[in-house]
Amino acid sequence: MISKKLSQFRIGETGTVVIVNGEGRVRRRLFDMGITPGCEIYLRKKAPLGDPIEVTLRGYELTLRKNEADLVVMEMKEKY
Amino acid sequence: MKNFALAGNPNCGKTTLFNSLTGSTAHVGNWPGVTVDKRVGVCSLGKEAVNIVDLPGIYSLSPYTPEEVISRNYIIDEKPDCVIDIIDSTNLERNLYLTTQIMEMNVPVIVALNMMDVVEKNGDVIDELRLSQALGVPVVKISALKQDNLKRLMDLAIEAAEKKRNGKTVLEESPVGHLIKDLTIAFSSLGVSDPLFHACKLAELDELECANHPQLVNMVKEFQKVNVDSKFGQDYEALIADERYKYITSKYAIFMKKARKDDRVPTKSDKIDKVLTHVVFGIPIFLCILFVIFHFTFSENLFFLGGLFNSDCFDFIPDDSIWAGFKGLFYTENGINSPGVMLSNLVNGFTNIFSTLAGNALSGAPEWVSGLIVDGVLGGIFAVIGFLPQILVLFLFFSILEDSGYMARVAFILDKLFRKFGLSGRAFLPMIMGFGCSVPAMINTRTIADEKERIATIRVIPFFSCGAKLPILTAIAGCIAMAFGFNNVDLITMGMYVLGMVVAIVSVLLMRKTFMRGHSSPFIMELPTYHLPQAKSTALLVWDKAKHFVKKAFTVILASTIVIWFVSHFSWNWTYLPDEQMSESILSSIGQLFKPLFVPLGFGISEYGWVFVVAIVTGLIAKENVVATLGTLAASTLALMASKGIDVSATGDALNDLVMTMRATSSSLNPAALLAFIAYNMLTVPCFAAVATARGELTKKDFWITVIFWLAVSYVVSSAIYVIGSFWWTAFIYVAAIALIILCVHLYDKAKKNKEIKEANA
Repeated sequence: MISKKLSQFRIGETGTVVIVNGEGRVRRRLFDMGITPGCEIYLRKKAPLGDPIEVTLRGYELTLRKNEADLVVMEMKEKY
Repeated sequence: MKNFALAGNPNCGKTTLFNSLTGSTAHVGNWPGVTVDKRVGVCSLGKEAVNIVDLPGIYSLSPYTPEEVISRNYIIDEKPDCVIDIIDSTNLERNLYLTTQIMEMNVPVIVALNMMDVVEKNGDVIDELRLSQALGVPVVKISALKQDNLKRLMDLAIEAAEKKRNGKTVLEESPVGHLIKDLTIAFSSLGVSDPLFHACKLAELDELECANHPQLVNMVKEFQKVNVDSKFGQDYEALIADERYKYITSKYAIFMKKARKDDRVPTKSDKIDKVLTHVVFGIPIFLCILFVIFHFTFSENLFFLGGLFNSDCFDFIPDDSIWAGFKGLFYTENGINSPGVMLSNLVNGFTNIFSTLAGNALSGAPEWVSGLIVDGVLGGIFAVIGFLPQILVLFLFFSILEDSGYMARVAFILDKLFRKFGLSGRAFLPMIMGFGCSVPAMINTRTIADEKERIATIRVIPFFSCGAKLPILTAIAGCIAMAFGFNNVDLITMGMYVLGMVVAIVSVLLMRKTFMRGHSSPFIMELPTYHLPQAKSTALLVWDKAKHFVKKAFTVILASTIVIWFVSHFSWNWTYLPDEQMSESILSSIGQLFKPLFVPLGFGISEYGWVFVVAIVTGLIAKENVVATLGTLAASTLALMASKGIDVSATGDALNDLVMTMRATSSSLNPAALLAFIAYNMLTVPCFAAVATARGELTKKDFWITVIFWLAVSYVVSSAIYVIGSFWWTAFIYVAAIALIILCVHLYDKAKKNKEIKEANA
C-alpha cells in the first residue's frame, strides 16, 4: 500500500480515504459530500488547466479544487 | 392551511417539484437578509390545499453555510406540518445523508424518491417498501418532471402530517450513542424542543449549538476525555459524518439494485464530457458556443452570408404607413437578421405603430402634452422594451446551457484561470452575460456562493460593455474618424471593449486583495449528469426573468423618463420649450453647472461641452439615450453657433458637424477627450434598470459603495485617458503612480496573508 494525497492522483487511479485534514467549513463540506475515511475514490478527470479535478465516489461525480484535494490523504494499492 | 417544507440536496429536482406541485400560482418572495430565495406556493393536488415552502438546496444541516442555517432554523422554529425530503434517486447514498439529519427532528417526514424515470431507464431498481421500513417514514417514488405520482405524494404527506413523529437517529449504535442519549435527556429536561436533533448537533460540537447551550458543552468534553475513538480520536464531527455514511451504506443503500456494477464504466455523460471538457479543445469549444449564442442574439448578418436579397419582402408597405417599422424585419441589404434581431425588430415595429397612433390621437392636444406622452413616456419605455426580446433570447440560450448541465462544466474548465483574479469559475457566466445586458448578468451572480466575491462581481459587470453602450462606441468612434482622420473605427471600438475588461479585472484584483478579502469559496460541487433541457422549465425561467425585468425596471424607468423629459423641456420659470430651445432648459443649466467637473476629462473645457455632460446624464436612464441626446442637442447647438456667426461645418450628420465645429474653435476637444467620453459612459453608473437590479441584489450600504465605486473608477480612468492623450509625457507620472499602487497593494496583501496564516495557526 502506498499513501498519497488525492491531489497527487493521476487520471484513472483509485484509492481509499485514510484521513481528511483541514478544518471548519471546508473539512465539514468534504465529509458532507461523502469523503470520509474508508470511502473509495476514483479520479475521473482534470480540467484543461489541471485544476480542479473530478472524482467519482459513492456512485456520483464530485468536483473539487487541488487545494481541497490536498487535504485528503489516500491509500492506494501498488500497481503490479 | 398546513405548511409543508421541501428539503433536499441542490440539483435534486426540488424546484421542478415545487413548480409541478404549485403550478402557476407560485409567487416569488424575497426574505430580508437572505441571499437565496425561499419560495412559497399553494398546492391543491391532495385531499386539502396546503402551503408549500421551497427551502434552499443543501447537503447537510451544518452551521457553515447560510442556506443550511436557513433550512435548519425554518424546520426548528417554524415547525412545518411535514417535511418532504426530496431525494435524487440516481444518487441515493449521498442524498440519504441529509435524510438521516432531518429524521432527527420531531417533525413528520416523507421521503420522495425523485428522478425515478431516470433510475428505471438505467435499469436500476429501488425497493421503496423495505427502504420505508428501514427509515421508519413513508417513501414515495415520483418523477417531478413527468409529474408521476405527485397526488399520491401529497396524500401521503397530508396523512403523515396528521400524526406526531418523534426524532430518530442512526447514531444509536455508534460510539457516541450513549452521549447522544444523555444529551437528549438533558435537552428534554431543559424543555428544548427537538431534543434529539440538538443532542446530535452538540455531540459534533456544532458552533451554533455550543453558543446556544453552553451549559451542556462540558458533557461532551467529559465524554471526549474518556472515549477516544481508535480511528477518529476526539474528532466527533468526523466520526459522526462517517457513522452516518456507514449506516446508509450498510442499511439503506442495499435496497437499490444497480444494473451498472462499476462506477468507472463511462456513461453517456462521460462520453459527452470527453469532448466538452477536453484538455485542449474544452476552452475553444466553449468560446465557439459563446460566439454562436451572441451571433444568434445580436447579429444583423447571420452566418456572415451577407445581403442575399436586393428587395425587402415588405417593400409594398409605403414609407409613410404606420406599418413601415416592419421593413427590414427579416433581412436588410447587409445580411439576414438573427432571431434576436428579428424579434427586436418585430417589437419595435409594434411600438412604432403605437407611438404613431398616440401621436395622431394627440395631434389636437397642446404641444407639451403630446411631447410628454409620445417622446417622454412612450419613447423612454419603448427604447427599453426594444431590448427585451434580445435579453430574453440571450437568457433562453443561457438557461438551456444551465439546464443541460454544461454551465457547471464551464465553471470547472475556467476555475483555475479565474482564481488568479480572486474569483471562482462561477463568476465567468455573469461577466459574459454583461456584454449583452447587465440586468440578467447581475441576477445571475446569485449562483456565486461567497458573498464578497458576489459583490465584487456585481460591481464590475457594467464594465463589460453592454449592447446599449455599443451605439456610443460606434457613433463617437465615427466622429473621431471623421474629424481627426483616424480611419480605424473598428480598432477604437475593440480597444474600448478591451479597456472595459482590463478595468474589470484590475478592479476585482484590487478589491479582493484589499478590503474585499476572503478565501475564494471552496469549490466542492457536484457535476450534474447531462440531460435535455425541459421546454416547460426553460419557458418558466424565461417568463420569470421577463416579469422581473418588466416589473422592477419599468417602475423606475417610467418615473425617470417623465422627470428627464420635464427638465429638458421646461425652463426654470416653467415655460415649455420646444426641442430647438433645449439649450435654455433646466437640464442644460444643470449640465452647465456640472461641466467644470468634466474639465479633467477634456470635453468639459469647451464652451459647448455641456452637451456632452447632459448626454451622460440622460444616459443614466438608458445608455441608448447618450447618442440620441447628443444628436438632438447637436442640432440645436449648431443652430446656436451659426446665429453667433461661427463657421459651422455641414456634412449632414449633426454630431459630426458639432465635433468638427468645436474642433475648429477650440483646441481642447481632441481625440483623447472623445475617447475619455466613451470610457466615462462605459465605466460610470449604468442605466437605471441595472442600478435598480444592483440595489435589489445588494444591501443598502454595499449598494451605495458600489455607486461611488462606479463614479470613481470612470472618473479616474477617463481623466487618465484624456491627460495622457493630450500630454504624452504625463504617461510617466501615471506609470510611476500605478507602480507605487501595485507595490503598496502587494505589500499589504503579503502582510495580511502572513497575519491570516498566523491566526490560522494560533
